[in-house]
Amino acid sequence: MVINIMQATRPGHSTMSASKPVIDKCVVNKLNFFYGDLQALKSISMTVYDKQITALIGPSGCGKSTFLRCFNRMHDLYSGNRYDGEIILHPDNENILSRKVDPIEIRMRIGMVFQKPNPFPKSIFENVAYGLRIRGVNNRSILEEKVETALHNAALWAEVKDRLNDLAFNLSGGQQQRLCIARALATDPELLLFDEPTSALDPAATASIEELITDLKNKVTILIVTHNMQQAARVSDYTAYMYVGELIEFGVTDTLFIKPQHKQTEDYITGRFG
Amino acid sequence: MNHEKHLTELRVMIARHRRWDRLFLVTGIIALMIAMLVFFALLIGMIIDGMPRLTSDFFTSFPSRRPEAAGILSAWVGTTLVMLVTAIAAVPLGISAGVYLEEYAPKNLLTEIIEINVTNLAGVPSIIYGLLALGLFVYQLGLGQSILAAGLTLALLILPVVIVATREAIRSIPVSIREGAYALGATKWQTVSDHILPYSSAGILTGVIIGLARAIGETAPIITIGALTFIAFLPASPVQGDFPFLSFEWLMAPFTVMPIQMFNWVSRPEEAFQLNAAAAGLVLVVMTLVMNGLAIYLRYNLRKKIKW
Repeated sequence: MVINIMQATRPGHSTMSASKPVIDKCVVNKLNFFYGDLQALKSISMTVYDKQITALIGPSGCGKSTFLRCFNRMHDLYSGNRYDGEIILHPDNENILSRKVDPIEIRMRIGMVFQKPNPFPKSIFENVAYGLRIRGVNNRSILEEKVETALHNAALWAEVKDRLNDLAFNLSGGQQQRLCIARALATDPELLLFDEPTSALDPAATASIEELITDLKNKVTILIVTHNMQQAARVSDYTAYMYVGELIEFGVTDTLFIKPQHKQTEDYITGRFG
Repeated sequence: MNHEKHLTELRVMIARHRRWDRLFLVTGIIALMIAMLVFFALLIGMIIDGMPRLTSDFFTSFPSRRPEAAGILSAWVGTTLVMLVTAIAAVPLGISAGVYLEEYAPKNLLTEIIEINVTNLAGVPSIIYGLLALGLFVYQLGLGQSILAAGLTLALLILPVVIVATREAIRSIPVSIREGAYALGATKWQTVSDHILPYSSAGILTGVIIGLARAIGETAPIITIGALTFIAFLPASPVQGDFPFLSFEWLMAPFTVMPIQMFNWVSRPEEAFQLNAAAAGLVLVVMTLVMNGLAIYLRYNLRKKIKW
């Protein structure tokens, strides 16, 4: 199958980014990924732009989560996984996938929010503070300030400010997910990865998370996996459509949804399969 | 007409199925009663025989040739000290081994063999541990027939229990929690010490207590390493009046433990010693039940905070 990567151009009609030039944040170059002998990603090349929201869509099992988890080297946690190719992180031109690059350093710079809210069984405060604590921040007033900022940025502060010492498990599902976003934001990541962040949430909570993601884009670069095409259309600036480990089409979201270049993409977004 | 016939057939069939329900219910109750009755018969027999002997003198007297003057002072002190050594030795070793196998060890043939062996060790007859300890601790390492040797022997015995409990407690923590910590940039050790260990502490503690409850009643390995059956003195106190206030002399002292004291009394011909044995047995059963109760209490309380 021919992999045709559409050269992404500046979204001229997108009001949000029309005034700012688009800068590269991550450049993926011929990325292959293997679970043991099984090749899960096949020669993927695309670019994630700075301070933009990029969505990864495709049917279940197409490798979009696998792809996302390459960005923070999550696959290193399990044996038998192998990367091939490169993901260049800008501005310092570092290959995330290089053996010489410490995955801990990558994860300190690139945050992640998971499919199911996964707060630690600790207090709300300690959940948000954990990332700072492992960076050696122990000064109470600095922690309090950063936790408050992160909770504000995750649109959760108003709801939890009077009960920061409550267990995180006592929050609702949507609040827990926003807590996880706050936890990831507290350490000022350069890139934030979202792995189907709303798939375990009800429609109201989903709407609030989507709104939050849109608001966050001025602060951080976002890469989001979603099984929900409407969500991709609503929140993202760029969209990549994947199918069985290959990148079929990548481009400005509006263009991809209105005038897809590939028959396969069109079939998927019009709901003919997937 | 046809419909009614069909309905009747259906009811007959359901009634037939119900009979099996009732049959199993009765079988289950009988099986349970046999187990419970035997236990209660033993316990009540022990209470009737031993209760009159359970005076404060019984706890503060050394064994004696005169049954009415004999007590379990040296036995319960010995048991307590041996359990202390067992816990101090088995807990850090067992937890470290469990954490290593679960979080650090690569998943390959070697670790699989180790895993199977650890599980099998839990089923090795305790006297085998006694023989190993006799050769290793008593003679090779020259620890003699001491509290230290006994404590280490029982620690070996309960090590598999602690390891298995640790691993199971760790395994019950969802992968998403681990990944959450790693995704923030935590190292393996930070993940283990900040998350894995605190969240699995209830399960680990339960395993430790159940292991100790097993060790407290062990007789065979302690006899094998040569515990004395008649001891009329206490080991040196661990706390001293003058500097450095702590003494470890007791570790090397000869000792006896509760089950051995019981064994000693049971093997006497005099009827009165049998009553002493029953009283000591009662104390031992209560000790075990209290430990198990503590395990249940701790598990309940620590798990209240954590629900996956």
